[in-house]
Formats: sequence, C-alpha cells, structure tokens
Amino acid sequence: MKSGDAFGFSRRGVLVGGSAAGAVLVHAGPVQAAPAKGDVPVTMPVSLEVNGTRHDLQLDTRTTLLDALREHLHLIGTKKGCDHGQCGACTVIVNGERINSCLSLALQHQGDKVTTIEGLGTPDKLHPMQAAFIEHDGFQCGYCTPGQICSAVAVLGEIRRGVPSHVQEDIVAAPAVSNQELRERMSGNICRCGAYSNIMEAMQHVAGESA
Amino acid sequence: MKAFTYERAQSPAQAAAAVARKPGAKFLAGGTNLLDLMKLQIETPTHLVDVQDLKLDRIEETAEGGLRIGALVRNTALASDMRVRRDYGVLTKAIVAGASGQLRNKATTAGNLLQRTRCPYFYDTNQPCNKRQPGSGCGAIGGVSRQLGVIGVSDACIATYPGDMAVALRLLDAHVETVDPQGAVRSIPIGEFHRLWGDTPHLETSLKRGELITAVTLPRPIGGRHLYHKVRDRASYAFALVSVAAVIHPDGSGRVAFGGVAPRPWRVEAAEEAMPRGAQAVTAQVFAEARPTADNRFKLQLATRTLAGVMAEARA
Ligand code: FES
Ligand code: FES
Repeated sequence: MKSGDAFGFSRRGVLVGGSAAGAVLVHAGPVQAAPAKGDVPVTMPVSLEVNGTRHDLQLDTRTTLLDALREHLHLIGTKKGCDHGQCGACTVIVNGERINSCLSLALQHQGDKVTTIEGLGTPDKLHPMQAAFIEHDGFQCGYCTPGQICSAVAVLGEIRRGVPSHVQEDIVAAPAVSNQELRERMSGNICRCGAYSNIMEAMQHVAGESA
Repeated sequence: MKAFTYERAQSPAQAAAAVARKPGAKFLAGGTNLLDLMKLQIETPTHLVDVQDLKLDRIEETAEGGLRIGALVRNTALASDMRVRRDYGVLTKAIVAGASGQLRNKATTAGNLLQRTRCPYFYDTNQPCNKRQPGSGCGAIGGVSRQLGVIGVSDACIATYPGDMAVALRLLDAHVETVDPQGAVRSIPIGEFHRLWGDTPHLETSLKRGELITAVTLPRPIGGRHLYHKVRDRASYAFALVSVAAVIHPDGSGRVAFGGVAPRPWRVEAAEEAMPRGAQAVTAQVFAEARPTADNRFKLQLATRTLAGVMAEARA
C-alpha cells in the first residue's frame, strides 16, 4: 500500500481505479474490500531491482510489470500504448534483455534487474542513445520514445552478441549493423509519428561510435 | 483480467500435479500469449502455475546425434544456438520470421507450440466462436475469412494454427516430450501434437489435462538447404498468410511443410516425392483436399508460388 500514497486520490489514482490493478491504489483501506463473488483479488509480495534500487511490493497478482513500474513505483517514463504486445511503447530491459512489460506479470520478475528509460541516463548525463535521439530528431510527440530507446540499446547488444535476424543473408555469420537489419530488429516498436528514419540514424550513430 | 492465485512450481512433476489438482489452473511460462488472452477474458484461469524455475532452459545433444531443447528455452536463445543455426537452419529462420525481438526474448519453446489462433472471431468476444465458447457457432464461416484456414478445417471452425516455429519442427520430425500429473513421461511425434479438431475446436492439442511439455527433441541433422519463406501483409511482425518451410537437397528432393493454412503445420509426406518436378506438382497433392472460402482461395495459388520461390532459392 505504501506505493499508493504518493498519488493518493489524485486524478491518476482515480483514473486507474477503473482498472482491476488500480483498485489497490484507490482502496487505501482493506485491500480485499467488497470483492465480486468468485473474483476475489489476491495480493502477493514481490521484489524487483529497478534501475539499481530494490523495491519490495505487495501487488494484486494481475499487476503487469508495466503497471508495477508506472502505477506503483511511479516510473512513468515507460509508456502504455496498446497493453497487448503490439506497439513496443512499454519496452524495458530485464536482466539485459528487452521485453514488453505489458505482457509480463510483475510476479514473474521476482529478483529480476529491470532497467527503464529513467535508469539508462539522466537529464544531466544522457545515455548515448538518448543523446543521439535528440541530435537526430528521433521523435515528434515522444510517446513511443522511451520504448524505442530501450529497444534500440538492446538491439545493438543483440547484434553484438550475434543474435540472428529475419533479414540476414547467412544466419551462421555475424550480423551487420545495416539499415535493413536495424529496421527489422526494431519492428516491434511502432511510432505513430513516423520518426523511423531518424531513429535509424540515431542508432547508426551510436553503433558507429561503439564499434 | 479475472483474479487468480499464483504459485511457482519447483519440479516438472509437481507443476503437472498442481495444474491437475485445481480446476481452472493453467501453466504460465513466458506469458506473452496467455496474458494477452487473459486481459481480453478469452482465457480466465483461476490459478497460475509459473514454471520458470523448472530448469528446462538448456539445449543438449542427444545420444542419437540430435538435440534436446528444454521447454523453457526462449525463442531468441533457440534461434541463436550455433548448432541450430548450422544444422537445423530452417528452425532459426522460422523463429526469427515470427513476432518481434521483445516477444522472442520472452516466449518459450513450449509456449510457442501452445500459442492459440489469431482468428479475429476468436479474439472478438462479441462474436460466436466454437473454440472460445464451444457450441456457440463460428462467426468466421460466412464471415471475413481472408486469413483463415484452407485445409484440415471443419464445419465448426476454420481457424489456423498461427505459429512459425512449429512449421519448422514438423518439417524436422521433432518430438514433444511431456510429463503427466502421475509423473509418467511420453514423447509425442510433432505431427500428432496439434489436433485436427473436427467438431471439438476447443481441444487443440493431444495433451491431457495437467500434462506438461518438458522438451522438444530433434533427430540427427538431415543436411540440405534449409529455407523458410513467409508471406504476410507487412514485411515484419505479422502473422503468415502462407509460409513454406523446406529442406531441399542438390538433386531437388526434400521435404516441405506449410504454415498459415490449417489447424496445424501442414505437411503431406507422400507429396514430397514430387519435389524434383516443381512446386505445382507438390501443392496439387498437398492441397488436394482443400476447402477454401471465397476470401482465402488465394492462399492456394500463393502456396504454390511461395514454394516455387523457395525452390528457386535452393537452386541459386
Ligand atoms: S503497451 Fe506493451 S506493447 Fe504496446
Ligand atoms: S514520436 Fe510520436 S509515436 Fe513516436
């Protein structure tokens, strides 16, 4: 419950109160207040290491990693676009690998190390990918951007580790950092504003620097 | 999402027993398909048995010279394994043709096999669907069926098995190893794993209640050129309209299986002797029993053309 205090009955808290996971925020009293019969909310403890800090949470079992980050830890950099694994806005890095945080229960991540956009860099000390997105104008509205940047950082790691892709001519060979490769590997991140070509430039820039 | 209780199992047999014990219980592996369906209340488990701690995440060589792939090996890890890339290239190619990088990092081998159809009538809970709600009817028959099945379908359901990985596994004669709630193990040929569901489309596999997949095994490598062509509405991150998995030898002989056309990966071994005579000779036999709708009849020609493309690549 401590995680709900910061927002109390703010607009955000009331809004999310409409969803099952958000009920924990609104009903600051008994967690299992007036449950519908046969659909009794269940809470369980989970600890996550997010951006280097350990958090012990008591969550409704239904809480996704995305909702745990946004609604309970108030790390609202990670975005909810579709909530169904289709847009990539919720992409975070878990134990070094990018995943869709909307399609994972927080409980599946007991003890995991989670890196969100807030953990990649800070306004004073940007991650090279964040700086490159600014330099190359890799966004317009910015909604998809935290997911794009987390994905982009992980993609360059996947290429370095030799993870094969659909567009690779020879799947046994080491993949290259070509435009075609980056486009294919970033296909799980949708940008409604169509900043794709600039995102590719930002990624090429960072890949060139670290090569 | 409906409320549920959650536990983490510590051994495969314990996980199987835990699911068998509670009506409404389901296994949870990566969760990329199950959680999506739970949010839509298409799946409404009351208890989840998380199997991530079962140590089924290794790929080992078998005494027969093949590979044993743990049920929880992630799709990215399986596609990246150098033994798979070298000796079973069609499997790597099929996996990386599916989903997105984020999903492949999370999705498991067993979960990928068990993914459910992407039929729009299955997803729309306002529509009748015999698979989602047995006996309610099929909205797709007589509805919009462009993406749906052309063969192996029934009067109750014309959905397809949507995956890519399993098409390659079917081609490679994989087996699915399981353990049941009593602790008994068995090995199911992949061709018998996904059911032709007839009038029980809600029963999609030959697994019994509580039976847990522990591994997928591959026989020794068979050589040849390994190819996977997937035709879809966009170049990446979309389900197949038609896909073709093939292994082709220098003399033109080989194997072929099709995805996106049927309730399971579609392979007709008897048609493979026709491979040296070209794509049309093969698909004429493979799709002899096809029952397409007006919307998806195009898949038959597309299958022939896609196979012709695969054969051309093998010769190049
Ligand atoms: S919010 Fe997770 S993929 Fe769209
Ligand atoms: S910058 Fe607006 S959605 Fe990508």
